[in-house]
Amino acid sequence: MTAETRAPTPRADEDTGTPAVELSGARLELGERLLWDGLDLRVRPGEFVAVLGPNGSGKTTLVNVLLGRRELTSGQVLVGGHAPGTRGTRIGYIPQQRALEADLPLRARDLVGLGLDGHRFGLPTGRRERRARVDAALAAVDATRYADQPVGRLSGGEQQRLRVAQALVGDPELLLCDEPLLSLDLANQRVVSRLIDRRRAEAGTAVLFVTHEINPILPMVDRVLYLVDGRFRVGTPEQVMTSETLSELYRTEIDVLRVRGRLVVVGADDAGCHPHEDH
Amino acid sequence: MLEILHRLFSFAGTGELLRQPFVHNALLAAAVLGLLAGLLAPLIVTRGMTFAVHGTSELAFTGAAAALLLGANLRFGAIAGAVLASILFGLLGLRRGERDSVIGVVLAFGLGLGVLMLALYHGRSANKFSLLTGSIVSVDPTGLALLTGCAVIVIAVLAVAYRPLLFASADPDVAAARGVPVRILSLVFAVLIGLSTAMAVPVVGAILVLAVTVTPGAAAARVSSNPVVVTALSILFAEVALVGGVILSLGPNLPISGYAATLVFLCYVGCRLVARYRRAAVRTA
Repeated sequence: MTAETRAPTPRADEDTGTPAVELSGARLELGERLLWDGLDLRVRPGEFVAVLGPNGSGKTTLVNVLLGRRELTSGQVLVGGHAPGTRGTRIGYIPQQRALEADLPLRARDLVGLGLDGHRFGLPTGRRERRARVDAALAAVDATRYADQPVGRLSGGEQQRLRVAQALVGDPELLLCDEPLLSLDLANQRVVSRLIDRRRAEAGTAVLFVTHEINPILPMVDRVLYLVDGRFRVGTPEQVMTSETLSELYRTEIDVLRVRGRLVVVGADDAGCHPHEDH
Repeated sequence: MLEILHRLFSFAGTGELLRQPFVHNALLAAAVLGLLAGLLAPLIVTRGMTFAVHGTSELAFTGAAAALLLGANLRFGAIAGAVLASILFGLLGLRRGERDSVIGVVLAFGLGLGVLMLALYHGRSANKFSLLTGSIVSVDPTGLALLTGCAVIVIAVLAVAYRPLLFASADPDVAAARGVPVRILSLVFAVLIGLSTAMAVPVVGAILVLAVTVTPGAAAARVSSNPVVVTALSILFAEVALVGGVILSLGPNLPISGYAATLVFLCYVGCRLVARYRRAAVRTA
């Protein structure tokens, strides 16, 4: 698969399939600040939605709402038909790459295993099945070679592959990715985003992908949710990533240029289409 | 020099002493404590809580000193001080920088109070000294029962909550995202540390609790990153230190803490050497 082609999205029948995410009239205030209001968003199984916007526009907060870690000020949110935070839906979570401590007494396979049953209390059960699932998850991200290595001594790219395996081992219906490509080099950005997209295509997992930079995932994205200062737009990249729409959102002159299949946004800091420093 | 060595390593009477009931108590206490400390040490190291453990043990000392002054049971004083301190440190969460400064502040205050209370105490001075350096004679049947009770509690909690605790310790962000009650577990673990520390203070002394509750885990983490192997090795090292310390200290009739600290330090150095040798072997291979 090249970067330009993508696996087809399994279009589940919109009326019968339960949406992976359903926000209606969602409003969120943080103290005095209004992050967004009147947000309606339905994410279908197998759909890849990119969440873009400048710092502080509430992208990560949206992820926290879907994880049940933060409540909406008003409006409704359902994840796989259930209230967020209840154990009804299988959610995989991929955080941004942050180096794990070098002498953490944990092997790569243990990190992945925690994604499978680390949240469960009680004595371990089904040891053999557990091992098989962890092995399969490691193999799927091509991490078998370093499965028994101390996780803290692996490179950033290797650790982030393990993050993908950790999120996928629980067989999620929804993948929440919070800047998973940040601080990875281009080659590893490609590897990690392709692994996520492959899962979407093969298992019909819905993907909500928070990012600064749309280009590494542009060929995979079905729709974009663009948040700026309490305003937002939802639509296909072709609809949202235009000079007109972004100028409206930012309330200033913005130019969107297409250069060799990449989007370049001129006129807004942090507009989602140029590489950024970690913050 | 030789005289000191003779004094340090004397086995005259060791065999005789090993048949005494109070020594059996001491050995049993050392074994139970070793199990406790060995189980908790890898998690303490994973959570980066070394300094919190030190703070907890100093406050166990403060509690015990207060109990000594008030004529109350020393162990309960130690438990009260340690559990209070550990809950406070547990509430501080996982942000290390801010946590360490608060621990430093509370530790210094507690130690000051403890010293003051010891100075006010007019009983046997051996009681004072043993708080700091430990004493195996202090292990009476009540103490042993209390220690065993604590061990049962710690093992039961670990049996039920080990995986979420490991998840929350090693990978707090993802654990929280998966619904693991990270903050509550942080408190629960703090209480486990408090109980174990309070049990360790009368045996190894307040100033050397780290030797048995941190060093075994730190040593084991040098040679393996398999959590099961690390825990097993950590228990082994803690047992070597404590049971070995009791046996070595019998003949010379000295506090066990010096022996225990030395034995576990040797384990640590050994593990570091093994790790270095292995890395060199990998490089040349």
